[in-house]
Parts: sequence; structure tokens; C-alpha cells
Amino acid sequence: MCGIVGLFLKRPELEPELGTHLSRMLATMSARGPDSAGFAVYGSGTAGKVKLTVSAAAAADLEAGLADLGAHLEEPLAPQYHETHAVVSVPEGKLAEARRMVEGDERLSLVGVGTRMELYKEVGLPEKVAERFGLSDMHGTHGVGHTRMATESAVTTRGAHPFSTSLDECLVHNGSLSNHNALRRMLSREGIRFSTENDTEVAAGYLTWRLQQGASLKEALEASLKDLDGFYTFVVGTENGFAVLRDPISCKPAVMAETDDYVAFGSEYRALAGLPGVDKARVFEPKPATVYAWERQ
Amino acid sequence: MPEFDLARSEVRELNQALHALQRETNETHWKVRNPGGKHALAVGLDLPITVEIDGHAGYYCAGMNKEATVIVSGNAGVGVAENMMSGEVRVKGDASQSAGATGHGGLLVIEGNASARCGISMKGIDIVVKGSIGPMSAFMAQAGNLVVFGDAGEALGDSIYEARLFVRGKVSGLGADCIEKEMGPEDREALEGVLAKAGMDGEVTPDDFRLYGSARRLYHFNIDNVDAY
Repeated sequence: MCGIVGLFLKRPELEPELGTHLSRMLATMSARGPDSAGFAVYGSGTAGKVKLTVSAAAAADLEAGLADLGAHLEEPLAPQYHETHAVVSVPEGKLAEARRMVEGDERLSLVGVGTRMELYKEVGLPEKVAERFGLSDMHGTHGVGHTRMATESAVTTRGAHPFSTSLDECLVHNGSLSNHNALRRMLSREGIRFSTENDTEVAAGYLTWRLQQGASLKEALEASLKDLDGFYTFVVGTENGFAVLRDPISCKPAVMAETDDYVAFGSEYRALAGLPGVDKARVFEPKPATVYAWERQ
Repeated sequence: MPEFDLARSEVRELNQALHALQRETNETHWKVRNPGGKHALAVGLDLPITVEIDGHAGYYCAGMNKEATVIVSGNAGVGVAENMMSGEVRVKGDASQSAGATGHGGLLVIEGNASARCGISMKGIDIVVKGSIGPMSAFMAQAGNLVVFGDAGEALGDSIYEARLFVRGKVSGLGADCIEKEMGPEDREALEGVLAKAGMDGEVTPDDFRLYGSARRLYHFNIDNVDAY
């Protein structure tokens, strides 16, 4: 099954409330995916710096690993800890080295990288996962979240959504893909790196590959209609917006609500029911095989 | 008039209260507040009562309905009025996928649009959609009437057995074994009957609709294919 939520705010004064809304939306979708959850929040950024979200199984490993990273990079990282995850900022010029260090450190795993994106995911009931990470206190312009009922790969933290294979980009998926193994081989040859056996990671990698070739997000999603075989409702987060795509037979549910203040996405209307002013919102179902995208002005 | 506030009570309490009613009850008109998109509202009713849902309903609203009238003032989620036997379900907003799925009888009116698979496997229900319907509607339809004021999406009536599909607007494409048919007197009478039942007979004229139905080539045994068995 799986549940997806997304919220894109149109007015800056609402940004302090992003986490509160997203966390409620995620909790409502627990019934659709009780085994793990994850979310990406597009918060503040610092010019010239990139944020790495890093996780570890034990708090001591996380602290020790990040201390080593800071020492190696000769940078004060000032990690922001959220349970099993921490967010650190590194200068753009040191990103490649930081990435190499984190990926080479057995204690750490790299969850996501972005100028503004922070990415959190963990096994457990979505409501608890959001609570552990303190989602309701997070600020931002937009965010996406996912509640997972695993089908294609194991219930692990790394198998939880969102998947990110590129800077500030993340993808959440409800459905399952049937040609992901062949696509993974093709994309691997093209230089896209994967860290799980998960079908959704392949979809995220596919979009990254298309974007690297110069496609716009809309073009990349349109191309995926031809190349991805299976069921999907995707919500894609980018630095300045988010996009929605459903497969041509709209196998998986999706409902959206738009007001002057926000655009919200939910697998079911229930997820949107608590949003302020939703009773006056334009509520609609995205059409199959049609790309919907919202971007910050 | 009994009222139920779903911000305070559980859906199960609502449905139990509705199921506990006896045929001779005086509580024939119910209001449900704050539905919040919750699933399975007013399902399995089997008395001639009216239930008004004030807001958006979730999945399977008014499913298996018999005799009751259920009115949703907002949108309805997946499978509204699925497997309806009789009675009436009216959605003032839009309906999600599979509206009226497998319905055996009764009337479903959607005043907005219906998305994919409207009337899938319909078995005698009458469905009126004032807006447009999504792709794959009336898939494997068996009996009943689907009346659409607007347009129909791709693959209308795919693998249809019987049932009449009346569409006033544009049809994006017909599914396997679904063809346009000439509207005979009986078909016209059926259309007029459904429109009258829905209280919309003055709003449109039957002449504006085109009729689609089964070519009957898919499910009938053909002697030329005997070697295949």
C-alpha cells in the first residue's frame, strides 16, 4: 500500500508551521504504511554551503564519526542532532571529500545531500518516527513524506523513502516497479550509484540521470512514463518545488488541495483534512500520466 | 434530527447507530458533521432513511447501500456507493475512482466529475455524472445505465458485457468490444427514466447524448473458434 504526503507553502510566514502540518499528515497515513517512514524538509540554507544528512545505528558512532569528519575536513561542523540522524554543513568545495569520507566510514550512512534539503528516515510507526526526529518543530518552504508498507525489498532504514540520488532531489513512491533490475543495470553503466535493491531508488536514479542529461524535471518525469514499467504515484521534491506523477492507469491513489497559502498532496483526503482552510480549498485528483509541478517564484 | 459529529465519535459508532435502527424508526434523517475524509461512512444501510454527510467522505462511502439515501456535500473517495443494491447516493462534489463499482441497483448521482473506473463492473445500477468521467470507466459493465453530461476518458466500456453508456461530450477512446450504437426507443426511454429519477430531466435533452454499448463479439461463443477449445 504505502502513503505519501507533500506540502508546499506559498507564503513565507507559514514556514514555521511546515513541520507541524507535515507531521500530522504523516501520522494520518500510518494505516497505509506502518513499517517505516521518512520525510524530506526543505529548510534554510547557507550560501556556499551544502547540508549532509548523516545517520548511524548508535549515537556514539554518529558523534565519533562526525568528529572524525570535522577533523579531516578541518571544518567546524556543528552537527544538528535529531535522534539517529545529524545534519552538518560543509563548504561546497569540500562536498566531494565529505561525501567520500562519510561513504567510506562504516559507522555512518549518508541519507541525503542538499543546499536546503534535510532527509530523515527510520523503521517504525510513522507517527513515532516523526516524533523521534522532532518533525513538528522543523521549518521550511516545502516537504514530502512517506509511510511504507514494504513489498519489493526488506523493511530497513535504508529501504525507507524518500530516496535521494542527487543534490536537493528526493522521491517518494507508492506502488511497485517491475523493470527496476534492468533499469538499475543500465543506469549503473551510466554512472548512477545505488545503495539498495529497492525499486524506488531506481526511479530516483532514473530522474537524476535524465536531469543530468539536461532534461527539466517535467521532461524527466514525462520520459519516465515510457521507461518505467509498473504502478506508481510519485512525489518529487526539488530545491524550489515539488512535482507529482501518476502512472497511466492511476493504479495508486492521489488527492491534492490547493489554496492561496499552500498546495498539499495526500494518498487519501484524510491526510489533508486537518490543514487550515482545507474546507475552502480546491480539492482534486491529479490525472493519470500527467505531470503536475509547483515551483517557488 | 439525529446528528453525529465525527470529530468526537468514531465511524464505527455512527455505523452501529445506523445499523441498529428498526424499520419503523422515526429517526429517518441523519446528519454527519466533520467527516474529514474518513472511510466507510454510512455503509451497509438497509432502511429508507436519509443520511447527509457534511463535508468530504473517504473510501467506500455508502457501500452496499439498500433503500437509504446518502448525500455527500463534498467529494467522495474511492468506491462511493460500491455494490449498491437500491436507494440513492448523491455526491455534490467530485468522486474518486471506481464510483458505483459492481452496483446492482439504485441511483448514484455525482454532481461534479468522477475519476477513473466509474461504474466498473456495474450490474444494474444507474449512474449520472454531471461532469466528466475518467479513463477505463464501465470496464466489464454488465447491466444498468451510465449517463455522463461531460466527457469520457480513455477505454470507455472496455470488455463490456451489457449496460448502456450515454455520453453527451467527447469520448477519448472506446475499450475492446465497446461500440457506438444507434439509440432506439427503449434506450431513449431508459435515458429519460434515469434523468427523471435523478431530477435532471429538464436540464438536458436525450438527443444530445450518444449511446455506447457492447458489440457482443468478445463474450459470445463463435463457432469459427471451435478449434481453439
